[in-house]
Amino acid sequence: MKKLFKLFTVLAASMVLMLSLFACGEAPQEEKSEEPAKVEEAVASKEEAKIVKAGFVYVSPVGDAGYSYAHDLGRKSVDALDFATTAFVESVPEGADSERVIRNMARKGFDVIFTTSFGYMDPTMKVAKEFPDTKFMHCSGFKKSTNVTNYFGRIYQSRYLTGMVAGAMTKSNKLGYVAAFPIPEVIRGINAFTVGARQVNPDAEVRVVWTKTWYDPALEKDAAKSLLDAGCDIIAQHQDSPAPQEAAQEAGAYSIGYNSDMSSFAPKAHLTSAIWNWGPMYAKIVGQVRDGSWQGDQAVWWSMQDGVVDIAPMGPMVPEDVKIIVESAKADLMKGNDICFVGPIKDQDGNIKIAEGEKATDAQLHDMMWFVEGVVGTVK
Amino acid sequence: MWEFLIPLFAATVQSGTPILYATLGEMMTEKGGVLNLGVEGIMSISALAAFWVSLVTGSPWLGFLAGGLGGMALSSLHGFVCISCLGNQVVSGLALTILGVGLTHFLGVSYVGLSAPGFFPFDFPLLSQIPVIGDIFFKHNMLVYISFVIPVLFWFFFKRTSLGMHVTATGEMPAAAAAAGLKPIALRYFAVTVGGFLIGLGGAYLSLAYMHLWSNGISGGRGWIAVALVIFAFWRPGRAVAGAYLFGGVMAFQLRLQAMGTNFPSSLLLMLPYLLTILALILSAWRGKRIDAPAALGTNIEPEG
Repeated sequence: MKKLFKLFTVLAASMVLMLSLFACGEAPQEEKSEEPAKVEEAVASKEEAKIVKAGFVYVSPVGDAGYSYAHDLGRKSVDALDFATTAFVESVPEGADSERVIRNMARKGFDVIFTTSFGYMDPTMKVAKEFPDTKFMHCSGFKKSTNVTNYFGRIYQSRYLTGMVAGAMTKSNKLGYVAAFPIPEVIRGINAFTVGARQVNPDAEVRVVWTKTWYDPALEKDAAKSLLDAGCDIIAQHQDSPAPQEAAQEAGAYSIGYNSDMSSFAPKAHLTSAIWNWGPMYAKIVGQVRDGSWQGDQAVWWSMQDGVVDIAPMGPMVPEDVKIIVESAKADLMKGNDICFVGPIKDQDGNIKIAEGEKATDAQLHDMMWFVEGVVGTVK
Repeated sequence: MWEFLIPLFAATVQSGTPILYATLGEMMTEKGGVLNLGVEGIMSISALAAFWVSLVTGSPWLGFLAGGLGGMALSSLHGFVCISCLGNQVVSGLALTILGVGLTHFLGVSYVGLSAPGFFPFDFPLLSQIPVIGDIFFKHNMLVYISFVIPVLFWFFFKRTSLGMHVTATGEMPAAAAAAGLKPIALRYFAVTVGGFLIGLGGAYLSLAYMHLWSNGISGGRGWIAVALVIFAFWRPGRAVAGAYLFGGVMAFQLRLQAMGTNFPSSLLLMLPYLLTILALILSAWRGKRIDAPAALGTNIEPEG
């Protein structure tokens, strides 16, 4: 019996550990707290008075070619400004650890701190209260205060355009979508992709497979393979690794990337990617902090027009006429005309969710927990 | 029906293979009486070692070997801490996981997105012609075919060779083994390093055959599954094969159910293998069956005197 108990302990311990690894989405990693210190030295070398110090907190390693990588490209363009210096801490787990990292940055005298993951919301609010003179920018959340503004980009607009490309390029009319978690951010993207695809190809359907992880290359690849086996000939993804791209290329299918231009991972398969382009907005924010025009207590949701989201250049396999259609839709978006969710839009059961002639409101987009007609899968 | 089942079973073999290598490696280690909870860390560091060597030398076979050697190196560290320094096996193993995963992230960053020469599927001569069986088992890459042979060698080693029996003896009763003139310390080192080699091959499979480009976090919890599977398999290689394919199969099945557009909640299916492991333990205890854990598993050999 004693032996049995011991075995249970080991089994339980290993399962708890495994779950905790999954929960963070990232294995525990040494936190690079020496980074801010390094930058402090750099600060001294630039002109002291006019320098804005900007700190960035990332949930995953910047080398992952994914979400944090995109934010870090934004940071680099801030760093290139002559009136700003930056520092970042990567692989910071959401929750108590992040609070410590954010507080540490605030204490070191950073003027503005960008906390780039949803789970940093409450820690950011807490630290912001302790440091009223520090400005905080929290990405993808919904809480704000006098010195906290939350921000995000309308990546669904990029999804809509990539959906058009996919809808035009598919032969089987089945598009595969490897998706992380059934939350409004991801569902919104799938819906926009589907609406875009059916705009150019009313017969297209989108099949969704949930992986329940942001990042597990091997599992993402398996998910893509299962979609390919089910007859999909284009694979899109809301995942942080390029594994689905590889699966599509190996099967001779097409793929659509996410976060950054993923063409280098699958040059033969890659049609385009829905990409983040944080640089211009981050530079603008830091400029506002410098000249005193920065405002707290705001919720900003930047559009394609602001340059924060875009699509990667379309691959050589995309015919000219498709490119023209997509470019003209993009031109609409660039004029500030949000064409992605214009009624009539029905849900999977055929109920009208957005009436004819109406556009989805921001509230509707924020709470989107239903699939549009044309998606095969469940929001569970 | 078949057009659904055959790709499903083929995918099962593919995703079960890295787990199979790691499970057999951990089983080898535990047969010698040492518990190694560092499987996850060993797998990720050896995945990187395999990838790096294949990238630099251009030879996936050298990469595969390097994966094994990398696993061997890291687990001999565990061996040193536990066997020579009498450190706590659980603590050392957990430390090894954190070290291995962290080190992989640190060293692997500059290789993200690069691809190295790897192993690609081919039809195994003759055997792939067999209907159904050929489609399921013999249209994979070379590392999958190797994994078919290893459980047999494993079984043969422990049942038919004296070295295998000596290793079993040190896992069961190191004092008696010493009294019989064996060298339990050396035998334990043997089990830990050879086990580490096998775990390392599992890691190499991930970066050379499963994926063909490097990304951090490639082991994705498979090391922990292997630790659980050793218990599920009651330290028998045949059951390890069944367990590894069960885990791989459930994973492949739930993804395919979703791709087909069914409404079954995937979270429930994902729980299944863990539930089965616990059930297997409870059932065998309840029926009064002996659990074949090596008797001295987790206990260090105290020096006499």
